[in-house]
Amino acid sequence: MNELVDLVDWSRAQFALTAMYHWLFVPLTIGLSLIVAIMESIYVHTGRERWKGITKFWMTLFGINFACGVATGLILEFEFGTNWSNYSWFVGDIFGAPLAIEGIVAFFMESTFVAVMFFGWNRVSKRFHLASTWLTAAGVSLSALWILVANAWMQNPVGMRFDPAQMRNVMDNFFEVAFNPVAMNKFFHAVFSGWTLGGVFVVGVSCWLLWRKRNVSAAISSVRVGGLVGLAGILLTFWTGHGSAVEVARVQPMKLAAMEGLYRGTTGQGLVGFGILKPEGERTDEEPLMFGVDIPYGLSLLIDGNTTSFVPGIRDIIDGIDINAAGDTVCTVSYADRIALGTQAREALSRYNEASRAGDSAAMEAAAAEVERNFKYFGYSYLSSPEAAIPPVALTFYSFRVMVITGGLLLLVLVVATFASKRRRGWLEKGWLQWAGMLSIALVWICSQSGWIVAEVGRQPWVIQDLMPTGAAISDIPSASVKLTFWIFAVIFTGLLIAEISIMLRYISSASKSNIETPKH
Amino acid sequence: METLEMLQAYWWLLIAVLGAALVFLLFVQGGQSMLFCVRDNDERQLIINSVGSKWELTFTTLVVFGGAFFASFPLFYSTSFGGAYWLWMLILLSFVVQAFSYEFRRKRGNIYGRTTYDCFLLFNGFFGCVLLGVAVATFFFGGDFTISKANILNPASPVISQWAPTHGLEAIAGWKNLLLGFTVFFIARTMASLYFVKDMEGNAEVVARMRRRVLVNGLVFVVLFVAFMVVLMMAPGVRFVEGRCEIVENIYFHNLCSMWWLAVLLLAGVVSAVYGVLRGALDKKWNCGIWYAGAGVGLAVLVLFCIAGYNGTAYLPSVSDPASSLTIANSSSSEFTLTVMSWVSLLLPFVIAYISYVWTKMRNKPSNPADDHQY
Repeated sequence: MNELVDLVDWSRAQFALTAMYHWLFVPLTIGLSLIVAIMESIYVHTGRERWKGITKFWMTLFGINFACGVATGLILEFEFGTNWSNYSWFVGDIFGAPLAIEGIVAFFMESTFVAVMFFGWNRVSKRFHLASTWLTAAGVSLSALWILVANAWMQNPVGMRFDPAQMRNVMDNFFEVAFNPVAMNKFFHAVFSGWTLGGVFVVGVSCWLLWRKRNVSAAISSVRVGGLVGLAGILLTFWTGHGSAVEVARVQPMKLAAMEGLYRGTTGQGLVGFGILKPEGERTDEEPLMFGVDIPYGLSLLIDGNTTSFVPGIRDIIDGIDINAAGDTVCTVSYADRIALGTQAREALSRYNEASRAGDSAAMEAAAAEVERNFKYFGYSYLSSPEAAIPPVALTFYSFRVMVITGGLLLLVLVVATFASKRRRGWLEKGWLQWAGMLSIALVWICSQSGWIVAEVGRQPWVIQDLMPTGAAISDIPSASVKLTFWIFAVIFTGLLIAEISIMLRYISSASKSNIETPKH
Repeated sequence: METLEMLQAYWWLLIAVLGAALVFLLFVQGGQSMLFCVRDNDERQLIINSVGSKWELTFTTLVVFGGAFFASFPLFYSTSFGGAYWLWMLILLSFVVQAFSYEFRRKRGNIYGRTTYDCFLLFNGFFGCVLLGVAVATFFFGGDFTISKANILNPASPVISQWAPTHGLEAIAGWKNLLLGFTVFFIARTMASLYFVKDMEGNAEVVARMRRRVLVNGLVFVVLFVAFMVVLMMAPGVRFVEGRCEIVENIYFHNLCSMWWLAVLLLAGVVSAVYGVLRGALDKKWNCGIWYAGAGVGLAVLVLFCIAGYNGTAYLPSVSDPASSLTIANSSSSEFTLTVMSWVSLLLPFVIAYISYVWTKMRNKPSNPADDHQY
């Protein structure tokens, strides 16, 4: 059993490592591709060569980063097979489709037009090149759409049914999968966060140019475009983030409770603006926080716009307690019952399997009906106790706060920088704004990574919400093998990141010594 | 034929087409394998810039090949990838290091130096081809695995596909698998040489050297391919008839005989490839060898996939438990998913059309090559 625990932990660690590295590069690709497309549009529209130079400067940085995104992305797709083979079979009928569509619809588009972006300047017409830059940006977002459709399905499995004969889930409604409300929110939230990250990156690097007094006019023009994209991005990220929270409250209330460190909920529940959790052993249901500043009614308001709504805490969810709109306490299915019902579903599936081997169709029909009745709790049958369904509360709680607080700071910096680039150019010469811009580069990545930690750690212990715990999704490989591949990827990706940062810094430094606005044709 | 069977056959054909496209596009890896067999740095740079503009196409085809396999035959995805762990991990690793090497190799501040990145490209050029060949060879010579779907009911040991403890290393060590692996490697080198003949047509000295490489690599490829075909025609396989499995001697030979049109296609492919290689090597005024050899290799790979998967044949036979072997019937997605994906697959001609259109436009070389993007 220890080997199984080890294997699950290392498999999770490897997936987390590769996904987090991938997400260092992807949001920059999303944001920079849009910014570069806007800059090139200005060049083509105005015919001013300086904009071609500015476009090429940022496009080079985009290219360095794009390669890293491609390198780290490959492993993620295949890891579903190599490390999560049970998952691949159990839900491959549904999950594989968005991945294949992503490849057919988005990857070919990206890889074809990104080649035109870099090799096409002197081979194709201006307009064809511009169209290619926009199509690359569109391809990047399309790719994000399909992978987020896949991810959202793990958070909210819809459009499927369980087929006992094949012992797996099969798709029965593609549109429910593709237009899963969780997917729509996730897609826009992730893409807009990419705009934010790209915008902050451009503003931050431009602030460095301003600080060193190099290419000042190019830097100010870049802050204008980057700041506007970043500002639009962060406002829309906040808006879609709210939408995401509403969806989490609806389909993953345990995740919401973990985000808030809330064990016993109430009507008119406050939102923890800032707080410190007690250590796990000392935490009580009534007083989980060592210290906290509440925003009154905040959480109730957040989930459905009503200050009096009841928000269940972790213990309420486990006990199956809810309070309806009329204020009456109602019982939902407790986690102990879910485990019992899930176990019934599993035992019925076992009976179905035996009846199938014996060719007893009447017994198969009866067992299939019982499986269907309780299948929505199937995953709970793998849990040893109701408490096993609680995600890591501290990590989810703190990541959520880090995301929101850094997001707020980024909003402030983007508002000031964008305003300065339009109306108060003098501010951009001030050291405080230049340093705020530069430091924001680190903040935006922390913010972006924290968001994914909330989404993925908060979903634990499920790999597919309520249907399959992470521990049942693994491949049958020795944990030592996974440990070894974990370290191989850790070394390669860390080495890659160091080289990328070094190349970018060197490029920014050396390119800015000459006039960026005079492009080499 | 029922709808589900038709869809399974259609998706296996699509997998075969993607596999054929992938082997053709491995000329990028073939080119990378020549990076250290050059006269000077200028020639190396020429090779890098020539295949460098195409590496993403090969890479994307690999990703789509994997994605399409996942969507259409998920039991293969879970069994082979999760089982032959080290084989697939090494393949992935070789492509991961390729992806950033082109962009980083000549950039200032790249820390590890250009030679390191070129070594990564060489690593991908050699191991990427050989190991992909080994992986495809398991379609014929099988793997040591069992499948028990009922394992999902056991929380203590829930994995349904169990592979031998060597987890793919045994596949890499198998000589029959390596035979196909090296065949793929020399196909890639031959195709790369033919591609350079076409792409570097203004550089007579390099083109002449590449024509010699076409001949040498082409001859090795033909010899290895013939040897592989002999081994394959003599190999046994697993066939499922009305739900029962049986071991069939010379199964792939029988498949070629019973599906004679595949034999015709294979012959056409071989003739086309040999014509492309020989004329490409010997006719100094002709540079279309890549198309003839590419079409020939593509047809041959297509036929190999077809005889592996059609006619009730197990395309991933289990050497330890033949009943666990994977066929296109027992490993596919549901009829609903295959139907949805079939509608999506109608986009593929459109995708091929815009890729062709874009690369036709990109044929115009800049008047000053120094203006071009350099890797």
